[in-house]
Amino acid sequence: MILTGADIVVETLIEQGVKTVFGYPGGQVINLYDALYTRSDRIEHVLTAHEQGASHAADGYARATGEVGVVIATSGPGATNLVTGIATAYLDSIPLVAITGNVPNSLIGRDSFQEVDITGVTLPITKHNFLVKNVENLADTIREAFVIAKSGRPGPVLVDIPKDVQIAKCPYQPCPVVEKKPLKLAKGDKLSRAAQMIAEAEKPYIYYGGGAVSADISHEIIRLADKIDAPIGCTMMGLSCVPVNNPRYLGMEGMHGHYASSVGQDEADLIITIGARFSDRATGNVSKYARRAQIIHIDGDSAEISKNVNTALGITCDMKDGLNRLIDLVSAKKHPAWMARIAELKKEEQEQFERVTPKDRMTPYALIMETAKHTNPDTPIVTDVGQHQMWVAQYYPFQNARTFISSGGLGTMGFGLGAAIGAAKATGKRTVLFTGDGSFGMNLNELATVSTENVPVTIVIMNNHVLGMVRQWQTLFFHKHYSNTDLHNRKTDFLKLADAFGIKGYRINDLSELSSTMEQAFAEQGPVLVECMIDQDEFVLPMLPPGGCIEDIITETEGGAQ
Amino acid sequence: MEQRYVIAILVDNAPGILTRVASMFNRRGFNIDSLTVSETENPKYSRITISLTGDSGIARQIIKQLNKLYNVKEVEIMDKEVSVYRELALIKLRNSPSTRQEILSAVDIFRSKIVDFSPETLCVEITGETSKIEAFISLVEPLGILEMCRTGVVAIERGSNMLNSENA
Repeated sequence: MILTGADIVVETLIEQGVKTVFGYPGGQVINLYDALYTRSDRIEHVLTAHEQGASHAADGYARATGEVGVVIATSGPGATNLVTGIATAYLDSIPLVAITGNVPNSLIGRDSFQEVDITGVTLPITKHNFLVKNVENLADTIREAFVIAKSGRPGPVLVDIPKDVQIAKCPYQPCPVVEKKPLKLAKGDKLSRAAQMIAEAEKPYIYYGGGAVSADISHEIIRLADKIDAPIGCTMMGLSCVPVNNPRYLGMEGMHGHYASSVGQDEADLIITIGARFSDRATGNVSKYARRAQIIHIDGDSAEISKNVNTALGITCDMKDGLNRLIDLVSAKKHPAWMARIAELKKEEQEQFERVTPKDRMTPYALIMETAKHTNPDTPIVTDVGQHQMWVAQYYPFQNARTFISSGGLGTMGFGLGAAIGAAKATGKRTVLFTGDGSFGMNLNELATVSTENVPVTIVIMNNHVLGMVRQWQTLFFHKHYSNTDLHNRKTDFLKLADAFGIKGYRINDLSELSSTMEQAFAEQGPVLVECMIDQDEFVLPMLPPGGCIEDIITETEGGAQ
Repeated sequence: MEQRYVIAILVDNAPGILTRVASMFNRRGFNIDSLTVSETENPKYSRITISLTGDSGIARQIIKQLNKLYNVKEVEIMDKEVSVYRELALIKLRNSPSTRQEILSAVDIFRSKIVDFSPETLCVEITGETSKIEAFISLVEPLGILEMCRTGVVAIERGSNMLNSENA
């Protein structure tokens, strides 16, 4: 059939299995929005308040499901407003296709109204991007964008479509959903070498990251750990992949990681790393990282092997296949002394935790655990960025993979509300957003989207009236110079704000109100906002200072709220 | 240990590809000593030759990052033992009776040639490995180099090894 370019874009999205797209119309995508209008029975479009919110929503949709998220924006400012969202997806390897309109081919390069070189702007933050100059190439380019976004190490792809290409016509033939390009399989000799290293190790430690979530290898990780009798730690991006109640699970390691997880990793003699990239937040000072251990690194992306940390053995492969074969190769082992040491570390961690976490007043821990009473194992838990994010990462009892949705690599404040909309749309489930008053202030305009679409999201704002994470650093490392981190004069009334957007709001002033207010908030059907007052000097502990090593770990501090 | 690497990259011959390659070097903080690009025997592909100084870890990382770029077809570190490296330089020198003879004998010894001659200036074309060109430059530098441009290194493997695996 002969279709316009705009029709072809939407037909190709439908053909590729896309059910929901997020976006915002504008001059250079009017044709595209017309094509969406006439197909609204086959594809849903969610209008956000701002393109950045749309990009985070598409990202949240992808994180919650593993499907490719799709966002549409117009040229110029529409396109540049996607940049933070695209960079967020790039740093966390999230499959995303961003479609932007551009001025007609004849006007490109003339500084036309709302013209920007968005393929140039997004060059370093996309896996690849395309400027489509001919309508004949349009459908195949979009299909290729999906292949690139979901193959290998996933990531964002941008397709820029000048307006004349959207208007031009050409034949269109539907195609099947494109397949991922298969990853290489692990070489047998490398797996044998890994099995030998595991056989020789006395203190093995399994360490996985976000790559394990995208490769869907929760079961393989647990099976390997059980067979070789090893504890399991993870990066922040790996959270939710292994259930927290697994007895081998130590939680996240690194800057704000669990004490037992970080110290256990430091004491290990073999670290079996799976789909993690040794970010500075995970390693601290690399020259002092894992000094006692050899590292096996299994990853889908060969460029991660020995990029930040030198590894004894790197295996680039399809991780699911590689791990299954490794599990068959290794012989079952027991490490009673090592596991006893791990148990001791966990006990120390619990004692530290109890010393710094009072039970008689409101704490982030109490708030998170009370919230968790009202959620299910498959509830998407979304966060913004800052102290609240770390507390959720540390305490929330994650059970199912893909239920922790958070901006890791880029650390994007303002990510949460958009991402929660995407996660709720993707799963159809009530979604919980944990945010702070700082992060929430960045993109709270998306309350309009939440309200319009009646998105079932419970927004839990930890309000400490400060930019808490920066304040924590200022307390510890900058002589308590609280430069521009005090928000007490903002006077934002979050309940009135919720009301203004047509959303129910609740406030928790202290511990005595926590349980009953949460009860009421979770009884609501639509979107609901819960503001919870938190002490401004609450600390995220433990903390490995930036560039520090395990000896520098801060587990208790008089600067914390006492 | 730092050493010089010459990397040959086969890429799609399409607009903007050089930017993608250069942008990756810039983003990852890898320095380029020289870069050349031109069409190949197959007009579908261009060949980029990059020369850089670094340790083996950096070289490996560059190869891996290049291989991740969508338009990159083949990447190879050119093995010095089995490759021909060439570079061309055009060097404009002051033409004065006192230095002319010295220049002419240097040109002769280095098997380069004079490609322009005017009352005030003369221009030398020299081709060879980078070390030869640098030796020539240091020889004529005291005589007054007025202007100079160099192509950067191009390199090709000897024998039947080829960068484009389609041709093998």
